[in-house]
Amino acid sequence: MKLQPTDWLLLSPELFLTAAGLTLLALSVFFGKAKEEFLAFLAVIFLGITAALLTFVATSPARSAGPILSGMFVLDNFALFFKFLVLLSVILTVLGSVRFVGAAPYPGGEYYALLVFTCVGMFFMVSGSNLISIYVALELMALSSYVLAGYFKGEIKSTEAALKYFILGAFSSAVLLYGLSLVYGTAGKLGLAELAQIYGSAGRTNATLLGIILVLAGLLFKIAAVPFHLWTPDVYEGAPTPVTAFFSVGPKVAAYAILARIFYVGFPRFHADWGLIVAVVAAATMIWGNVAALLQTNVKRMFAYSSIAHAGYALLGVLGFQTRFGMWGVLVYLLAYTLMNFGAFGLVIFLETKGYAAETVADFNGLARRNMPAAVVMLIFLLSLAGIPPTAGFIGKYYLFTAAMDAGYAWLAVIAVLASAVSLFYYFRIAAAMFFTEGTPVRISGSYALTAAVVICAAGTLLIGIAPERVLDVLHRCLPGRY
Amino acid sequence: MNTLQQIPILSIIAYIPLAGALAIMFLIPKEKTGTIRAFATVVAGLDFAVSIPLWFAFERGKAGYQFVEHASWIPSLGVEYRFGIDGITLLLLLLTTLIGFIAVYCSFSAITERQKEYYVLLLLLQTFMIGTFCCLDFFLFYVFWEIMLVPMYFLIGVWGGQRRLYAAIKFFLYTLAGSVLMLLGIIALYFYNTTGFLGYKGLGHAATFSIEKLTAVAAGMPVALQIWLFFAFFFGFAIKVPMFPFHTWLPDAHTEAPTAGSVILAAVLLKMGTYGFVRFSLPMFPQAVQTSWVIGTMVALAIVGIVYGAMVTLVQKDMKKLIAYSSVSHLGFVMLGIFALNMAGIQGGVLQMINHGISTGALFLLVGIVYERRHTRMIAEYGGLARQMPVYATYFLIIALSSMGLPLLNGFIGEFTILQGAFAKSFWWALFACTGIVLGAAYLLWLYQRVFFGELSNPANAKLPDLSIREQLTLAPLVVLAFWIGLYPKPFFDILRTPAENVVRAVGGQTLTPPAYALSGAEPSAPAPTPAEAATR
Repeated sequence: MKLQPTDWLLLSPELFLTAAGLTLLALSVFFGKAKEEFLAFLAVIFLGITAALLTFVATSPARSAGPILSGMFVLDNFALFFKFLVLLSVILTVLGSVRFVGAAPYPGGEYYALLVFTCVGMFFMVSGSNLISIYVALELMALSSYVLAGYFKGEIKSTEAALKYFILGAFSSAVLLYGLSLVYGTAGKLGLAELAQIYGSAGRTNATLLGIILVLAGLLFKIAAVPFHLWTPDVYEGAPTPVTAFFSVGPKVAAYAILARIFYVGFPRFHADWGLIVAVVAAATMIWGNVAALLQTNVKRMFAYSSIAHAGYALLGVLGFQTRFGMWGVLVYLLAYTLMNFGAFGLVIFLETKGYAAETVADFNGLARRNMPAAVVMLIFLLSLAGIPPTAGFIGKYYLFTAAMDAGYAWLAVIAVLASAVSLFYYFRIAAAMFFTEGTPVRISGSYALTAAVVICAAGTLLIGIAPERVLDVLHRCLPGRY
Repeated sequence: MNTLQQIPILSIIAYIPLAGALAIMFLIPKEKTGTIRAFATVVAGLDFAVSIPLWFAFERGKAGYQFVEHASWIPSLGVEYRFGIDGITLLLLLLTTLIGFIAVYCSFSAITERQKEYYVLLLLLQTFMIGTFCCLDFFLFYVFWEIMLVPMYFLIGVWGGQRRLYAAIKFFLYTLAGSVLMLLGIIALYFYNTTGFLGYKGLGHAATFSIEKLTAVAAGMPVALQIWLFFAFFFGFAIKVPMFPFHTWLPDAHTEAPTAGSVILAAVLLKMGTYGFVRFSLPMFPQAVQTSWVIGTMVALAIVGIVYGAMVTLVQKDMKKLIAYSSVSHLGFVMLGIFALNMAGIQGGVLQMINHGISTGALFLLVGIVYERRHTRMIAEYGGLARQMPVYATYFLIIALSSMGLPLLNGFIGEFTILQGAFAKSFWWALFACTGIVLGAAYLLWLYQRVFFGELSNPANAKLPDLSIREQLTLAPLVVLAFWIGLYPKPFFDILRTPAENVVRAVGGQTLTPPAYALSGAEPSAPAPTPAEAATR
């Protein structure tokens, strides 16, 4: 493989981010606990520069000119959209972590460096057009995530979360890798476009199908779909809250990107085979995610199950991706989901108790009396998560339901809407706590950085809900393979 | 009145309360409760005043929607921002703005806590309700329909009674569960109009959510699909009405809500369901509606609602709960009229929607007034109030009589016209419905007797002050309306005739025989009372 001069240019965001991560790591040696807010500040600057580089790459005509890294890497609009989205989630996470990590007795420099490394991994994931490059990028992201989950190493729950995440993550990666080896064994290629070509003419063999199913299982693990979701509640509960917020959006969105790309570009021929599996998994995920969330009293566990349910809704779009609204819907939904879910977690971080953020629904008691703006913003996120208009969550769900109907899965759409109605019950437990009850004094620990992150999320949630046209239009040009 | 056609009058009416709510939210500090109350009242009053010219400018005989305005909203989905009204919505819109004003004005003494939030929510609710009635785009309709639940949820949950948390979430979940199924129905219609779905070949038209266009499209669908979609919409509307057996959220929500919340629930929110049936279900799925088992089911549920609702009402000990259950019975009447599928039935049904809004709205106001004084709604706590509060007793009597359908008052006109329509279809429907009227007279008169007659036995009631000027002002417009509709309903029937004819024509009924009053314009010349009515007097 020979690197072209333009490759360097087009890889500049990833290269810069890698350098930025190493710089943060090196600087963390020199900055003690007291001055680490500067590192967070620096991380935001680095991520901002990355955004500028991404914009520059997006406008470069070279990105569609020829294969990049000999076809291992693509820079279509789809990849760019997801890069911006995961970058947004990382920036929000850094903003949400400043006060939280600062107050914890662990060095913060490595924390930000690890976040940047996950970002590099996700950048390569969403641009991967070869199963091996996707797999390697996925592992880069995953390994950094395991460490982040256990970052509060003195807390037993955090350590437990990291260990669970690591063991189950490694297991799922093994499943994925085994699936990839079967695909390679039957097709002899690993590039997605080549695979589609080979499978387009070749007959389907059991080995191929098994390979595809194992790849699917590995990816469903990463997006936490039922029955591969068991790690989620424990990891989400145990990890430091900003990390949980990050896990619920960034890595999940990136995993969705590769799931969508692999099956949209690589295996469209076998849609009939994996379609039914995905449909059943989606139904189980929506039902179990919502029903289990009803039973939780711990806010982080509740949002863990809620995020499982949301993964289920998004599968409707994957299922219907040959229709007009399918893939488009996935993009709309993931954008909406990132904003609203991170926003909701932002408020959980905001209400710090025991250094571990809000633990129970009761911690939200009487928030409306003490801090009305915070309560109203949380309400916007809750409405959006429950899919009530006029919010981003409604527009996103509308697309997914439409895609399911269009793809002929009316039964699944019925399950989806009813599950979505059920979800209102647990989301509004928080609303009821905020508005209907007297408060118990919980320490409110908002920082300017966190407030900024939450305001960004709220503004986006409302904007997409009320005036979605521009965003929808942009996203429509972001389907895989469009430039 | 040409100018009214040129300005976006409906949007102005819809967004005055929203602007008022935002102004209160951001400009008035929460300590200045007097300013907040006065400002909210002015905003709601202004909104009502602005809506009155519509009554005069509205062209009675003209088919189709008037004051139509539209703007592009989400072109990539075919969603437009479109407003417009016909006769049915005109009446409901005026009822909404009037009730909105009364709801704000009646809350002065009832709401003493968190006033700023309260008036903001009331005004927001007003905007969403007006939007729901006026919009002509299904997507927009769904947006308003859903968002409307949020302020009502908080009104019940924050300012409600003992079991407010339970009532609030029950109200929200029930209505939400119904409306998401309606959303699927809307999506199905959208696909039938464009690319087709589930083996049904689409018509290939441009994507649209226009209510007029999709209504025409839906009416041409195969019967099987019509029946499916009829039931998708049915859940959305029937839960809101509420029809038996989906009514269980209503007594809780009504009873626990603060007075203004109950008034709005009864007068406006419940009408969304019956309005949905008239505006959407009937014209969109005419073959489904005429299928005998569908119509049989609807009428059976309506009649069970009338009779069962009335019987449950009889045994209530709590005044508010009593009125709440009486709504189930009254709304059963409306549904019966609508599903008679003829001119009399539909005109009567729509008029009865307005009547119910007036009478039941006023009853909740009246109960709220004594509740504020005594903080109890139990009937047993009262008795002999007529001695202590004569003015109050008079208002209560007029409204109770109007609610039970006494001639010269509004309820009679509605119920009589509905029965006329039902009788034209089947003797038995009318007969069963009449038992509802008898029971209605029973529970209202019995309530009146227990609360107002006899000795003033409970010493707690001995010092109750009679109505204040403000309280009388909230009740007077409703009493005037009750007499107006009761004595001279012609203007209302005139407004309703054209849209009702459209609906009846769509479902294949006769349009040439509108009810007697509507044509002649004469006052009701004391028609021979039905046996049931004779029995009630």
